[in-house]
Amino acid sequence: MKRTITIAVTGLNAIDSPGPGVPVIRALRESKEFDVHIIGLSYETLEPGIYMHDLVDKTYQIPFPKSGQEVLFQRLAHIHAVEKIDLVFPNFDAELFNFIKLAPRLEKELGVKTFLPTVEQFEARHKVNLNEYGKKHGIDVPHSKMIFSTAEIPSLASEFTYPVVVKGQFYDASIAYNAEQVATYFHKISAKWGLPVIIQQFIYGTEVNLIALGDGKGGTVGMVPMRKTYITDKGKAWAGVALDDDDLLNAGRELIAATKWRGGLELEYIKSSDDKYYLLEINPRFPAWVYLAVGCGQNLPEQWVKLAMGDEPTYFDTYSVGKMFIRYSWDMIVDLKEFETISTLGEL
Amino acid sequence: MVSLKKNIAISDSGFVFNPSNGDSFSLNQIGLDMLLQLKEAQSEEQVKAAIMAKYDIDRDSLDNDYYDFLKMLGQFKLLELS
Repeated sequence: MKRTITIAVTGLNAIDSPGPGVPVIRALRESKEFDVHIIGLSYETLEPGIYMHDLVDKTYQIPFPKSGQEVLFQRLAHIHAVEKIDLVFPNFDAELFNFIKLAPRLEKELGVKTFLPTVEQFEARHKVNLNEYGKKHGIDVPHSKMIFSTAEIPSLASEFTYPVVVKGQFYDASIAYNAEQVATYFHKISAKWGLPVIIQQFIYGTEVNLIALGDGKGGTVGMVPMRKTYITDKGKAWAGVALDDDDLLNAGRELIAATKWRGGLELEYIKSSDDKYYLLEINPRFPAWVYLAVGCGQNLPEQWVKLAMGDEPTYFDTYSVGKMFIRYSWDMIVDLKEFETISTLGEL
Repeated sequence: MVSLKKNIAISDSGFVFNPSNGDSFSLNQIGLDMLLQLKEAQSEEQVKAAIMAKYDIDRDSLDNDYYDFLKMLGQFKLLELS
């Protein structure tokens, strides 16, 4: 018999640059062990997941991360009072810090559990710290540098070979072929994501990504490597295929063992033409293509739930190679009344 | 003799999938025959003999096409590195 649990999930923005919430919910709905009641947590009123009633039972708006932890806690406490939440499953980089900090309080005061990286793990893997992270754990990462003003751009030529990648601290990346282009992207990215802006050496090669779940003790619960086969103009995967790559799997396992990673993660690598792997980014949560892992036989969100509940997870050692995902868009017809309700009452 | 990577998947329709990097290719019948021979045969001579037995081709043209084909397989990372 399945256990019934109520899980609050963020990341309902199934848009062209999608959040992982909807595929995470889809995975949880397919759980063989849990009968899930899903509470959506949204930031914007047009996040498609809010209106996907076959996936999300009820949605509540929550305050933006910049509102702070106390405001978030009060909102979650209110939602918990109504819905009796067992678990909260955050899916956005920008919100994770608040959820990580609140996790002990959520469990102690409300009995709401989660399974997130530690603050130290979260901060150490940050883009701005990736150079140090690579050195500490013996991982090849492209040389990178933080810059805080355009005055630092001319001196980049002594440290980097063009092209370079100009990155925001949370999101956004553009390839610049000269100093003028760096300046253009610096202004664009810093206006949106603040300072610093990260300059990273561009590495020629093939991008390969790895989704994984770490048990917090150094063990890897499951892991699937993927190559994007269709990429949107925002660099997001619109299609991808599961790979068979032992070197990549070993690199991922070693990183999880070395860091004792706790929770879901996505590792982004570039495989250079001489078959060397360079770690580009560590995203501290499941990616939006998480459902490919489910399709390959590893329901990682379900195992995440077991870890959060304090149960022993199922450790996967196989997956189906060559399985593909192909994303598609779909126009939902929504009654204005529903939009009005979420806009005015903050719940639907 | 050169050898194909062991994990390469080849279907009857001529669809080839390299699970190491996700690349896929479509071959015509002679390409498929050549690839299957490269997978099964013990020597270069065996591969060429099998192709000459099935197709009307002179030895010089086959030699040219054979090495072109191997070069292409190498560029697409379908061969084991010796």
